Amino acid sequence: MKFDAKIPEGPLQDKWTKAKFDLKLVNPANRRKYKIIVVGSGLAGGSAASTLAEQGFDVHCFFYQDSPRRAHSIAAQGGINAAKNYPNDGDSIWRLFYDTVKGGDYRSREANVYRLSEVSNAIMDQCVAQGIPFAREYGGQLDNRSFGGAQVSRTFYARGQTGQQLLLGAYSSYNRQVDKGNLKSYPRTEMLDIVKVDGHARGIITRNLVTGDIERHAADVVVIATGGYGNVFFLSTNAMGCNATAAWRAHRKGAGFANPCFTQIHPTCIPKASGHQSKLTLMSESLRNDGRVWVPKKAGDDRHPLEIPEDERDYYLERRYPSFGNLVPRDVASRAAKERCDAGCGVGPDMDGEQKNAVYLDFAEAIERLGKDVVEDRYGNLFQMYEMITDENPYEVPMRIFPAVHYTMGGLWVDYNLESNIPGLFVLGEANFSDHGANRLGASALMQGLADGYFVASATVPDYLARESSMKAEDKISPDHPAFLEAEGALKARIDQLLSINGDRTVDSIHKELGEIMQNHCGMDRDRVGLEKALKLIPALRNEFWSNAKVLGENESYNTSLEKAGRVADFLELAELMCKDALTREESCGGHCRAEHETPEGEAKRDDESFTHVAVWEFTGEDIAWERHQEELAYENVKLTTRSYK
Amino acid sequence: MNMNITLHVWRQKGPDAPGRMEIIQADDISPDMSFLEMLDLVNERLEAIDIESIAFDHDCREGICGMCSLVVNGIAHGPESATTVCQLHMRSFKDGDAVYIEPWRARAFPVIRDLIVDREAFERIQQAGGYVSINCGGSPDANAILVPKPEADTAMDAASCIGCGACVASCPNGSAMLFVAAKIGQFAHLPQGQPERFRRARRMVEQMETEGFGACTNHFECEASCPKEVPIKFISEMNRDFIKAVLKGE
Ligand SMILES: Cc1cc2nc3c(=O)[nH]c(=O)nc-3n(C[C@H](O)[C@H](O)[C@H](O)COP(=O)(O)OP(=O)(O)OC[C@H]3O[C@@H](n4cnc5c(N)ncnc54)[C@H](O)[C@@H]3O)c2cc1C
Ligand code: FES
Repeated sequence: MKFDAKIPEGPLQDKWTKAKFDLKLVNPANRRKYKIIVVGSGLAGGSAASTLAEQGFDVHCFFYQDSPRRAHSIAAQGGINAAKNYPNDGDSIWRLFYDTVKGGDYRSREANVYRLSEVSNAIMDQCVAQGIPFAREYGGQLDNRSFGGAQVSRTFYARGQTGQQLLLGAYSSYNRQVDKGNLKSYPRTEMLDIVKVDGHARGIITRNLVTGDIERHAADVVVIATGGYGNVFFLSTNAMGCNATAAWRAHRKGAGFANPCFTQIHPTCIPKASGHQSKLTLMSESLRNDGRVWVPKKAGDDRHPLEIPEDERDYYLERRYPSFGNLVPRDVASRAAKERCDAGCGVGPDMDGEQKNAVYLDFAEAIERLGKDVVEDRYGNLFQMYEMITDENPYEVPMRIFPAVHYTMGGLWVDYNLESNIPGLFVLGEANFSDHGANRLGASALMQGLADGYFVASATVPDYLARESSMKAEDKISPDHPAFLEAEGALKARIDQLLSINGDRTVDSIHKELGEIMQNHCGMDRDRVGLEKALKLIPALRNEFWSNAKVLGENESYNTSLEKAGRVADFLELAELMCKDALTREESCGGHCRAEHETPEGEAKRDDESFTHVAVWEFTGEDIAWERHQEELAYENVKLTTRSYK
Repeated sequence: MNMNITLHVWRQKGPDAPGRMEIIQADDISPDMSFLEMLDLVNERLEAIDIESIAFDHDCREGICGMCSLVVNGIAHGPESATTVCQLHMRSFKDGDAVYIEPWRARAFPVIRDLIVDREAFERIQQAGGYVSINCGGSPDANAILVPKPEADTAMDAASCIGCGACVASCPNGSAMLFVAAKIGQFAHLPQGQPERFRRARRMVEQMETEGFGACTNHFECEASCPKEVPIKFISEMNRDFIKAVLKGE
């Protein structure tokens, strides 16, 4: 199988302009005749659905929550990047591009990242026009803050609720199209398979979560924007329902899965506090603008933080990385925190015999410098959230934070047009792999989701429709086509199988066990021995699931156990692929850190000779096996260097 | 110290099935657990003895998606102010407490199962004008529109509504005024919202009435239960805009 990125010819700066000109258009009078399925209503899916509907296509959008506004994009806190250079501090499209490629540790596609930076400014224009209440200066202009991995202030924000406001903006455009009759919503509906006809994606099979009805939906093109798969780790900052199912089902039908092992562990999350914990809560990276990270210099120092004098504190990020200080990229900050905790300098309560699992994020200096009011204005809701969870007041006592799984850079493989290797299947947002390489910089997922939906897919999806001769408006595929009936039958059989296992173990307990395997062997610590061990444990756990899980109730009702079981079944396969990918990538890069490949200072050591490529995995059979392919990455504009934030 | 709690939970198999309060014992609960983690644990224990788990809506579990929607001891989202039920922790309860858990109750929010209700009516209200009519692309530079900071802050206060429906659940009349006023208020305070300001107010308010939400008779329960503390002043602003819209015939 060949994975051709189809990057347009010509200089980097002209590629997207040229591509846009070459993309074919659909005559306005014909657009209504084309039916587009969008799965997912987050920033990526919501913006794609509304924009394609604005153009006049017949758009149908599916999501598992009860409203498009509840997609997990809503939870993003810190901000969104754009190369506006309003603060006049030296930013440019080129610099945003450069920072993003470097931040991704040279494992992303230059052309995609350049396009992302190029459209970043138009995203801000669009979002302001929608009436999103961004933070403002007194003069009425937009305010900016800084995020990790950059030495400019290019992050726009709306208090600590930027994702919420951006999503509500997309949701308002979406609602306008529903109001006009161009867009139809399918709430509480889960996509459980895609359907291919003559090799092209021509529809999906869904389950109505309320009634259990299995439905066949045919269309001319399918867009998946179903978010990331961080929940494979059980504990993550993702919402409880975030899942890999849509992407995984597409993968099983032939879509390549790219760089599955590239996961982001975010340095500033509230540490785990009990064995019954169901999720972890992020404390936005924006806090590192003003918060200083430290641990006691002396291992095992369990004095109260306020009793530890200044000269007995180790501000280890400022010490190790003087030029970026607390604003190093996430992978670097996370590893540094773990290094300190492993050295016995961690703080916080003892966790069931485990090491103390936190470092301090301290605002005392910022409060003194700026005043409590300013700090409250900037981060008030985050401080409040922290206090609700921990029962500690961060205005008085430093926050305790620790890294947690947060984002997945890997995802379905797409070409420059965001089309997967299955023609007619487009993948947007966190669900694809395209722009962040081995590590994503803060505030660029929101940017990417909206770039994909507002500006890229809205040009490339119509091109597909115009290009495909088989796609003539007259010869529509019917949902009664044998391919649909077959997929429906297979899905019903799978549901019956889940409901008839009748074992002893709850799905949650199996999911937790999987999470532990992944945390231990495919998280921040990765080495050959551990990964090989995980590759034995995961298939065994999968067998345990299919022979001993307990899924109660029936299909024909609101059945949360059944919902969960389907998702965990898919995680149990994806987890194996992640470990395989991590094992094969014999280097460290970005968030993928193999103990065997570190510099003496403990930084990631890349092997550009052997691994300057995207690993794309093809699913090769029901006995769960894969073949690995490579898409070579060419760097024509950026020189590969060892990342340094010192 | 772990505690033992007696739960009284609304169980209802489906929209048309009869429902009733059931007593379920929740023993050995850590005060550090969140309320929903306590329910997770109860569900695991129920499933272990072959009883289907209690269905409730939830997703982000950090107070922003608006999915969670439980009435706890008669209060929407439970006893703590400015808190969604997913942010509520068991340390707010004590050993031996009886805790009553019910779904949002309102004519416009029919029960789907157990503690899950149908909030589609909210969608239809937002679709009736909860937007600024612009197309993607072709907007002026983001800084071409200046917004005074105080106005932007007020708009943000309104925009922080998470659409959970606690305002409706806590109102004796089942009114959705605060929810509707939050969206109208966000746009009314921004230059982008002006062209459609009165038409929007009229359409959204009328849709709200069509959906069967009650009228506002100034109980202020909505503001008290709102996890995002959206201020009630947006309701009076909305009423003014609505009257203007009627007078102007928009
Ligand atoms: C706590 C947190 C904070 C963050 N903060 C920032 C930040 O400050 N800046 C930044 O740039 N990024 C941030 N991120 C990352 C960013 O928010 C996400 O990567 C991004 O929002 C993902 O958007 P999306 O549209 O791809 O997916 P999502 O928003 O996750 O949407 C997924 C959609 O798919 C639907 N769906 C999923 N599976 C199915 C299925 N099987 N069938 C039907 N529908 C399905 C869901 O219902 C939903 O509508 C943060 C992430 C988290 C978790
Ligand atoms: S679960 Fe999202 S707000 Fe409570």
